[in-house]
Amino acid sequence: MHGNNDYQQEQIRTISGAEDRKCMKCGKCSASCPSYDSMDIRPHQFVSYLRGGDIDAMLSSKSIWKCISCFACVERCPRDVKPAQIIEAARLMVIRQQGENYLSPDDVPELLDPELPQQLLASAFRKYAK
Amino acid sequence: MVYSYYPGCTLKTKAKELDKNARLCAQALGFTLEEVEAWQCCGAVYPMGTDEIATKLPAVRALHAADEKGQSIVTLCSACHHVLKRVNEDMRQDKDLRTKVNNYIAQEEEPYTYNGEANVLHYLEVLRDQVGFDNLAAKVKNPLAGRKIGAYYGCMLLRPSSVMQFDDPENPTIFEDFIKAIGAEPVVYPYRNECCGGYISLKEKEMAEEMAGKIADNALSKGAEVLITACPLCLYNMDKKTGETLPTVYFTEFLAEALGIKEE
Repeated sequence: MHGNNDYQQEQIRTISGAEDRKCMKCGKCSASCPSYDSMDIRPHQFVSYLRGGDIDAMLSSKSIWKCISCFACVERCPRDVKPAQIIEAARLMVIRQQGENYLSPDDVPELLDPELPQQLLASAFRKYAK
Repeated sequence: MVYSYYPGCTLKTKAKELDKNARLCAQALGFTLEEVEAWQCCGAVYPMGTDEIATKLPAVRALHAADEKGQSIVTLCSACHHVLKRVNEDMRQDKDLRTKVNNYIAQEEEPYTYNGEANVLHYLEVLRDQVGFDNLAAKVKNPLAGRKIGAYYGCMLLRPSSVMQFDDPENPTIFEDFIKAIGAEPVVYPYRNECCGGYISLKEKEMAEEMAGKIADNALSKGAEVLITACPLCLYNMDKKTGETLPTVYFTEFLAEALGIKEE
């Protein structure tokens, strides 16, 4: 993980397709974020950490499991930076590593209830595991 | 009019009534939903990573199947709609992705090339743009007069609006116009396009309940008696939190009731 910071920065830029260098720091992304209160690093910080190359902080942040991909930050960004896609890229960088899945099939039985829709399991596995 | 129809995983299981009512109502309104053969689950979330290829293939296969028949493809579940619409746009705009996806497809038993030709419609868009809300209103047998219904849009139908092009992302009206067409009273509340928490309700139950609770409180404060949605996950998250004070139902249930074809 360490010593290849520049490579990881470029990876996140490529995987996200986001434009961190266009950010004008207005904070609208974090102001729009419904997960803001549960996050250690907020959406606007993902943008500035990517720009500054602070990749380890992004990859070890609990926020990658709190973003709900509601696209409010993407919709409202006046510079089309797409913060949610940076968070998604960070999450992908983590779960693509061996043993770093956030959800295992063994966890599922105790999370189930009779009303739970299949859509919830399908989407959670897509977001949390590879 | 005949449309290709992509039901998705949950309409075959927990949300069977959404599927059934949609088909019955289509019949009553003079259009046909022809289910895509051997469709595969879309994955329920759009794979945002630009290097995610295989996760976009189920959507591509369904889109191609519809296009081959010369039909638009209709969805009901907001998540399916979101995935199909966005993958289709990627196939139109992103040459790199298009090339890699088509390299996969070239290995299939019946290879083809797909370039995003299909037209993706949500059932509500069919009602608005093809049937017309005026025509729908004329076919209503049991107007839901006096019912105060809050539209719950959620995120996936609306955002990002540059791709979804469903309605105004901050001040949508399609659900409210639908509610008026079936003779009920739409209750407009500011949080109708806020997120219910989506997939986070599997592992972060408190977070999801807090989000759903804010939406419900907001709708109740404006006088809503019931919420309507198109999305099985929105329905689950909302009902789990506030099902007793403010139930959430599929919009097709009220449509079937208004058209006089609701099966008890």
